[in-house]
Amino acid sequence: MDNSYLKFEQIGMSFRRGQMATEVLRDVNLTIGQGEFVSLIGHSGCGKSTLLNILGGLLTSTTGEVFLEGKVVDEPGPDRAIVFQNHSLLPWLTVYGNVAIAVDKVFGSSKTKAERHDWVMHNLELVQMAQAKDKRPHEVSGGMKQRVGIARALAMQPKVLLMDEPFGALDALTRAHLQDSVMEIHARLGNTVMMITHDVDEAVLLSDRVVMMTNGPSATIGEILKVPLARPRRRLELATDAEYARCRAAVLEFLYARHRVPARAA
Amino acid sequence: MAAASKATAIADTADMPVPDVPVRSAEIVTFQPPMRPVLERVTEMARHTVSVVLPPLIVLAITLFVWQLLCSEPGARLPPPTKVVADAWDFIVDPFYDNGGVDKGAFWQISKSLGRVAIGFSFAAVVGIALGVLIGQSTWAMRGLDPIFQVLRTVPPLAWLPLSLAGFRDSHPSALFVIFITSIWPIIINTSVGVRNIPQDYRNVAAVIRLSWWEVFYKITLPATVPYIFTGLRIGVGLSWLAIVAAEMLIGGVGIGFFIWDAWNSSRISDIIVALVYIGIVGFLLDKLIATVGHFVSHGVATQ
Repeated sequence: MDNSYLKFEQIGMSFRRGQMATEVLRDVNLTIGQGEFVSLIGHSGCGKSTLLNILGGLLTSTTGEVFLEGKVVDEPGPDRAIVFQNHSLLPWLTVYGNVAIAVDKVFGSSKTKAERHDWVMHNLELVQMAQAKDKRPHEVSGGMKQRVGIARALAMQPKVLLMDEPFGALDALTRAHLQDSVMEIHARLGNTVMMITHDVDEAVLLSDRVVMMTNGPSATIGEILKVPLARPRRRLELATDAEYARCRAAVLEFLYARHRVPARAA
Repeated sequence: MAAASKATAIADTADMPVPDVPVRSAEIVTFQPPMRPVLERVTEMARHTVSVVLPPLIVLAITLFVWQLLCSEPGARLPPPTKVVADAWDFIVDPFYDNGGVDKGAFWQISKSLGRVAIGFSFAAVVGIALGVLIGQSTWAMRGLDPIFQVLRTVPPLAWLPLSLAGFRDSHPSALFVIFITSIWPIIINTSVGVRNIPQDYRNVAAVIRLSWWEVFYKITLPATVPYIFTGLRIGVGLSWLAIVAAEMLIGGVGIGFFIWDAWNSSRISDIIVALVYIGIVGFLLDKLIATVGHFVSHGVATQ
């Protein structure tokens, strides 16, 4: 495993509003290996999304650089596909069309029309949405929308898959189902994944490492927890697993004992 | 209790060996259920139609009756409905006559006016959508143009007519210009609001898959703005129909507007009343036409 596939170096971010400048992130340093699944966890307002958006290229950091395979990240691109929290499907396109718009753009010159069609269908099958390909987003459930969002991101064959609280808006059962799907896909494709979450169980279940952030302003990485659980992981077996319980306790300890939400933020 | 005893009664008869009866009764049972809902559905549809169609018909009848009553006495200034129909009978029954000059049937008058609206409105739609997208996307364009548009849009359509006559020195393009300048404002304003309301998520998606400027325009901006654009177009087409009738009164020639003016000059009040009804119906249909097109083009977007 290459240990410096993805590298955050001294990332700092300040937002300026008139005379007031708010420092959101300070001195964030992180290296992620290829194929690694990393979760970012922290209280609201700790700059998790900001960090993800800097990696996604949607924001430019005030200080520091992000390197992907040694190259500086300075704009958005399909090599860092994002699964958005609220799925962000285009409502006037079908399920198929929402994946195809990305595939046609990214592989427009390298794949033939038939190959692109097959690739769209392959990715829809990967998330079990092939049978609903002609439906429009408003005709499918929230969980299905997020599946399509994941298919769209995967179809770009990203070097890093970015997930911004991908299951935050879903009910518990759908969420568990999708988490299993993501673990399965990750096992099959070996993507490098960076995921934001609020859910301690989700972070421990899915990740190789859990990155815990301190509270803002001027948030930074407080602690990194390695999750040494063997894959494939099964949620039923893990429920009684001692190692799982230890990891879960460590994250909870960090979030609620040492970095409790400041009263004003709540 | 009654149902229970009935059930046991049926069970009892089922136990008894009766060979012929069950076959026939089964036939009747399978035939009846589908018949009933169809009949019910038809009556329900009829009832619904009646409840929608009847109230306006009743109001119309009362209006005509009161009008007839008020205008029937000798010395009334306006003709009663019966006289309107009798006077304008030729105009009503033959919309296709053509006696040369401006003496033409209702069909030719209305289609001439509609043609002018079609041309002026099409220009307004193209320019209005383009300017609306520009204002919606560029803060500087908005700051520069929006205040000017807000002032200009309050200028009444006919106030533009002398100016355009002076500029074009011809009545035909002047009428088109009045249509254009009247209907463009709601199109610009609604389009720009639509563009400004495009969710940041859609822009992020476009950024991640690296759509070019042009691709963003026709794959994201236009489809996301379609419901707003059609709201603007609907208001615009209504305004342009208002403006063309007024403009035609002044510039003359064939057209429903001048027809009314001409009828006034030759005291054909009944013709004016029939023309007003036609104008109202055409305006209503124009509005429905744009709304229907908008509904088909924007399906999926508005329902989100």
